[in-house]
Amino acid sequence: MNIEEIQHIRADFPILEEKIYNKDLIYFDNGATTQKPRCVVEKIEAGYYHLNANIHRGVHYLSQKATEEHEAARSTVADFLGANKREEIIFTRGTTEAINLVATSFGEAFCKTGDEIIISVMEHHSNIVPWQMLCERKGLVLRVIQMNSFGELDIENFKTLLNNKTRIVSVTHVSNVLGTVNPVAEIIKIAHEKNVPVLVDGAQAVPHIQVNVVDLDADFYVFSGHKIYGPTGIGVLYGKEKWLNKMPPYQGGGEMIQSVTFEKTTYNELPFKFEAGTPDYIGSTALAEALRYVQKIGISNIATHEHELLVYGTERLMEIDGMRIIGTATEKSSVISFLVGDIHPYDIGMLLDKLGIAVRTGHHCAQPLIDSLGIPGTVRASFAFYNTKEEIDNFVTALKRVVTMLS
Amino acid sequence: MTINELQDNIIEEFSMFDDWMDKYALLIELGNSLVPLEEKHKSPQNIIEGCQSRVWLNAELTNGIITYQGESDAVLVKGIVSLLIQVLSGHTPEEVINTELYFIDKIGLREHLSPTRSNGLLAMVKQIKMFALAFKSTSIK
Repeated sequence: MNIEEIQHIRADFPILEEKIYNKDLIYFDNGATTQKPRCVVEKIEAGYYHLNANIHRGVHYLSQKATEEHEAARSTVADFLGANKREEIIFTRGTTEAINLVATSFGEAFCKTGDEIIISVMEHHSNIVPWQMLCERKGLVLRVIQMNSFGELDIENFKTLLNNKTRIVSVTHVSNVLGTVNPVAEIIKIAHEKNVPVLVDGAQAVPHIQVNVVDLDADFYVFSGHKIYGPTGIGVLYGKEKWLNKMPPYQGGGEMIQSVTFEKTTYNELPFKFEAGTPDYIGSTALAEALRYVQKIGISNIATHEHELLVYGTERLMEIDGMRIIGTATEKSSVISFLVGDIHPYDIGMLLDKLGIAVRTGHHCAQPLIDSLGIPGTVRASFAFYNTKEEIDNFVTALKRVVTMLS
Repeated sequence: MTINELQDNIIEEFSMFDDWMDKYALLIELGNSLVPLEEKHKSPQNIIEGCQSRVWLNAELTNGIITYQGESDAVLVKGIVSLLIQVLSGHTPEEVINTELYFIDKIGLREHLSPTRSNGLLAMVKQIKMFALAFKSTSIK
């Protein structure tokens, strides 16, 4: 994409015009959440102003229209992920809830004392803690795939962890700290040879990489709306029908039932079995709008531009004395974690903020990973398609000033 | 000087800067000149874990006067620790307990004391008062 095209895109994001402490905002915290284009915000507004009625139960016009929109959003998500069936798409509050759902319901159906779960060393807390809770509940063992010094998963190590007690493998597609794009297709293939299903945490992947769950042969694939330019509070669980059908419901309530008596309740079919209560039908339609927006720009155009930013940003950062890039995998997404000398990440982040630059600092909800690297945390700049090389230049100038102050 | 006079002094000192970076330059200077906490005081019981940075705090009572010492792994946090010590060290437990700390707010550094506990400072302020309370109750006995 050329600079005119980027400027055109930036005009869709009013927040990028904000001044922070009287300085131009440079938003490099896209790994935490992305900004929203006008069309997404307008979709939410239009939903509440013109289409608001509870779905799936009303006989009246508005309810039927709202239901149609919500179910059309499910189809949009299914197409976006390349799923075979729209019933395999479950709306959740986000990645975290999606993983908790699988950990709870899959765990209930398929795991018993002594069984094992495999995750990796670079997981976000949301792909660690739900499995630990399951392990505690059912007496399971958590196994952890290690990585090499570039931040790439050790596939040979993974093979040694897989055995006939392994019930599920749950790994991230892209590391939120290191940017590493993991070879999930290979991991899935290896796991499937032992008939072990795989959940892929796609929160950091879908905004940047073309994902096709059928090509990957993923058993579960999860992501959050807000990290792909959609609203907060809505997310997606894709699950193969064969697994979802065998799993008990996660929560009980309205929507998820077929019939209820005090003696016995029968559950609704997919996807409703896993969507208890009134779903976020405004959020789902706004998420679908965000996915259409991303597809209109084109994931491959996005990936190309973001890769340019990654390469350019890495080169420019390396000009700084004492620069240490954390995560140097060959396959890397547009995330740069770094440290400068022995300066604490908190100090760098605080001072960059005062110059209008938003980065994330700390352990990025991946404490075991940060501990394994023996560092106090990192400063993380994560780019989106609306970021520019000019912003990187300004960021590097600001960082040089900050480093001088702190050295 | 009373605690409030000390607070007012700091507010005046910071009021000379209208640029954030100048304020922070002073904070860095304060942080860098903070007397390092002796290793023996960097014990697990003196540590206040924040989500991003950590703070150590030690307090001693001599002749009814509290001396606070502290440190942090982040220099900006250390700067604020230094200000807190400037204000609260050298006073009686009673005085510390009855103090309302307003200077941090006034000099625009409140974000460092946000309840997300990202740096342990808010917990440190509580701990400062806890030490004073503990000293007060031992001296009553």
